[in-house]
Amino acid sequence: MPTFVRTEKCDGCKGQDKTACMYICPHDLMKLDKDGSDTGHAMKAYNQEPEQCWECYSCVKICPQQAIEARHYADVVPLGGSVQPLRGTDSIMWTIKFRNGTMKRFKFPIRTTPEGSIDPYAGKPEADMSKIEEPGFFVQNNGYRAGDPSELICK
Amino acid sequence: MAGEFGNPEVIEESVDILLIGGGMACCGAGYEIMRWLDAAKKDGHDFSVKLVDKAAMDRSGAVAQGLSAINTYIGSEQDPADYARMVSNDLMGITRDDLAYDLGRHVDESVHLFEEWGLPIWKTDENGERFDGSKGMTPLAEGGKPVRSGKWQIMINGESYKWIVAEAAKKALGMENIEERIFIVKLINDKNDPSRIAGAVGFSTRNHTVHVYTAKAILLAAGGCVNIFRPRSVGEGTGRAWYPVWNAGSTYSMAAEAGAELTLMENRFVPTRFKDGYGPVGAWFLLFKAKATNAFGEVYMDRNKEMLDDYPPYGQAAVPASCLRNHLMLKEMKEGRGPIYMDTVTALANLRETLSPREVKHLEAEAWEDFLDMCVGQCGIWVGENIEPEKKNSELMPTEPYLLGSHSGCCGIWTSGPTDVGAPTDETEAGVPEHLPKGWNWGYRGMTTVNGLFTAGDGVGASGHKFSSGSHAEGRLAAKAMVKYCIDNKDFTPELDTPVDQLVEEIYKPVRTYLEHKDYTTAIDVNPNYITPKMLQFRLQKIMDEYVAGVATYYTTNAEMMKVAGEKIDELKIDAMKMRAKDLHELLRAWENYHRILTAEAHLKHIEFRQESRYPGFYYRSDKNFVDEENWKCFVNSIYDKNTKQWTCFKRAHKDLVDKSKLFK
Repeated sequence: MPTFVRTEKCDGCKGQDKTACMYICPHDLMKLDKDGSDTGHAMKAYNQEPEQCWECYSCVKICPQQAIEARHYADVVPLGGSVQPLRGTDSIMWTIKFRNGTMKRFKFPIRTTPEGSIDPYAGKPEADMSKIEEPGFFVQNNGYRAGDPSELICK
Repeated sequence: MAGEFGNPEVIEESVDILLIGGGMACCGAGYEIMRWLDAAKKDGHDFSVKLVDKAAMDRSGAVAQGLSAINTYIGSEQDPADYARMVSNDLMGITRDDLAYDLGRHVDESVHLFEEWGLPIWKTDENGERFDGSKGMTPLAEGGKPVRSGKWQIMINGESYKWIVAEAAKKALGMENIEERIFIVKLINDKNDPSRIAGAVGFSTRNHTVHVYTAKAILLAAGGCVNIFRPRSVGEGTGRAWYPVWNAGSTYSMAAEAGAELTLMENRFVPTRFKDGYGPVGAWFLLFKAKATNAFGEVYMDRNKEMLDDYPPYGQAAVPASCLRNHLMLKEMKEGRGPIYMDTVTALANLRETLSPREVKHLEAEAWEDFLDMCVGQCGIWVGENIEPEKKNSELMPTEPYLLGSHSGCCGIWTSGPTDVGAPTDETEAGVPEHLPKGWNWGYRGMTTVNGLFTAGDGVGASGHKFSSGSHAEGRLAAKAMVKYCIDNKDFTPELDTPVDQLVEEIYKPVRTYLEHKDYTTAIDVNPNYITPKMLQFRLQKIMDEYVAGVATYYTTNAEMMKVAGEKIDELKIDAMKMRAKDLHELLRAWENYHRILTAEAHLKHIEFRQESRYPGFYYRSDKNFVDEENWKCFVNSIYDKNTKQWTCFKRAHKDLVDKSKLFK
C-alpha cells in the first residue's frame, strides 16, 4: 500500500541534500532523484521500494508541500478511495474519500503542549546514587505501584 | 578521505554506553540515563553515551505510526501481581513473574511522563462520560480517570505518541549524542574475555561510512522480527505487515551471535486482525463490545467454548490465552464456516442505545480514529471496499506469524531480573551449559548473559504484554543498571576481538560481490554469481511458510517438515554469503536478511526441541499435538556458537512467584 509523490507538487525540498520524506521514512524508502536518472523527474523524491511500504504515513504527514499521498495497494484494494491527512501542531485533519464517492472528515488532537516545548528535567529531582540498586526511577510521579507484599509467594 | 561506494570511510569511536535502537525502549533509556550519569559525575565518574538508530527517532520503532491506546497501564486499583498473572496466563503459563511484576510496578511512571510531555489521554468524568485528551481534565498522576478499553488498556489520541516521546529523549540525551541512519549489524565480544561485550559495528545508510564503536555497556533494543514468514499479501501489500516491516530480528540475531542466551524462541504471535489492512481489534472487542462470528453469525467463542477445556487451566481464565482464542476461530475456518467477521454493525447499534447524544456523535469518529491513529492502511481497505462500520461488517483473519517479546508474545533474550521479588537463585533443570548463570538474576537488571550487554522491549524474553509504555519503562530500568555496571567496571577497557579491517570487509561483502560480478549479465537482477536480498527473503519466507507452520499449512508442522526446513536453511545460509548490494539501501536490506535468517533458525530449533504444542492457535506440531504440563512447563533456552554455527537448546525450570490459582476463582 505504497505512498506516491505528486510530480507537480514536490520541490525536492528546495534543493537540499536530503528531503523531509527521506529524513523521516522508518524503512529508508524515500529517495531524491537528483539527476532524474531513476524517474525522469530530476530533483524530486520517489518511493524506491513500494512493496516494502508499511503505509505509516510518516512521509505524507511531514511533506511541507503536501506532495505525498497513498494509493492503497493495488494487489488487494479496489481503486478510487483516498485517506489524506493534514497534520498541524496540535491536531490532525483527515479527509476520507470512499470509492463510491462518500466523503468523511475528522479532526483529532495530537498533542496538548507546543511542539518543541518539552523540558525533560524541569522540576525533576536529581538522581540519588544511594538508590541506584533499589526499584524505582530517578523521579517518582505517583506512578510507582509498590504492590501487596503478600502476593509474592516465594519471597 | 570521504568514502565512496565500495570504499567506505571507517569511523572509530569509543563511548562508555551505546544505545542501539530509537524506539520506545531506547527513548526510555535515553531519558533515564542522563540523570544517573549526572549523579555519577558528581562522584567522579564521567561516562559518555551515544544512541544510534537505523531510522529517525521521531518515527522509528513499532510506535512510528502512532497508537490509539496504551495497552499497559496498571492504575492505582490493580496490583503488579495481577498484571504478572495476566501475562502468564496469556502466554500459556511459562513467563518470568519477576520480570512482569517488576515492569508492572514501574510502568505507570512512564505513562505519567507521556501525559506531562503532551500526549492526549482520554478521560471519563464523574458521570462516566468520556472525553478526548485535549480537554484539559485532571492528569492521571493527579487522580484523573482514564478511559479503560480493557482491564489494562487506556485510550489516547496517539498520532504523535512517538514524536512526543522522542522529543523528550532527544532533549535529554542531546543531539550531539545521537546519530540517526546508522544500522548496527554486529556486536563484538571482548578480545580478552569472550563473555563480555566490547563494541558494535554498522554502517550509514546515507554516507559511505562504516562505524566501529567500542563500549563498556550496550543496550540492544532493536525490536522484534517481521517478514520471516511469507505474508498473506505478496504484491505491493507485502509491506503492510501487522508489526512494523523494518523489525528484522536484529535484536535476537545479534545477541545470539554475541553468545547471549535466548529464551522461548518457539513462541510466536499470530494476531487476529481486520483482514488485509491489519487494523487493531482491541478497541472493537473491548471498547465497542463487538463480537467475532463465523459466516453464519455464530459467535465462535461461544460455539466452540468446550475446546477451551482441552487446555486446562489456560483456557479457563476469565480471558483465555490469546492463542486459544485463535484456536477456536481456526476450527471455523478449517471446517469451512468462514469468512470470520467482526460484527461492527450490531456493536455500534447497541452502543447507540446506551450512550448520551453527544457521545453518539463522537462514536463514529472514535471508530475511525482507532485506525487513523495507528493503522491508516485499514482505512484504505474500508474506503476501497466502501465499508462504513455501522452499515457493513468487516472480515477478520489470523496473520502470518511474528516474533516479538513486547506484545502478546514472549520470545527474546534471557535477562537478569529484580532481586527483591523471590526469584530463583539456582537452576533445577539439568543440561544448562556450565558458563551460564544459574538463577534469574545475576547482578544487573536487564543484562543478558553476556556481560555488559543489556536489552529491553522486544528484546526481553519470557515476559510479554509490556507494549509501548512497558518498553519505555524497561529501557529506563536497563539504563539505570548500565550506569551501575559502568561504575563497577570503570577500569575495564574494551578491546574488539576482531580486527577492524576484517569487520569492514564483512559488512561490505554484498557491495564487493555486486561490483565484482555486475557486468557478467545484461540484466542486473539475474546473475548466477549473486542473489538479491529480495529473492533471498522470498526463499526464507517460502521455507518458513511451508515447513515451519506458516499460513500455508494452517500453522501446522512436524519433526520431518522441520528437518527438511533445517536442510533448506543450511543451504540458504551458504547462499546468503552471496547476497548482493547495488547501493546502500540494498546493503541495509541484505543485513536485515542476515538477521532474519538467524532469527528464523532459532525459531525452528526451539519448536523442534519442545516436544509438545504449547501455543495451540499460534502453531501446532501434528506429531506432538498436546500441551504436556508434566514435562514441558519449562523454558526452552538456547545459545548459538558463531564459530561452529550450531545451536544448543536446553530446558530451564519454571517457577510461579505469584499465585496463579487466583485467575480461576
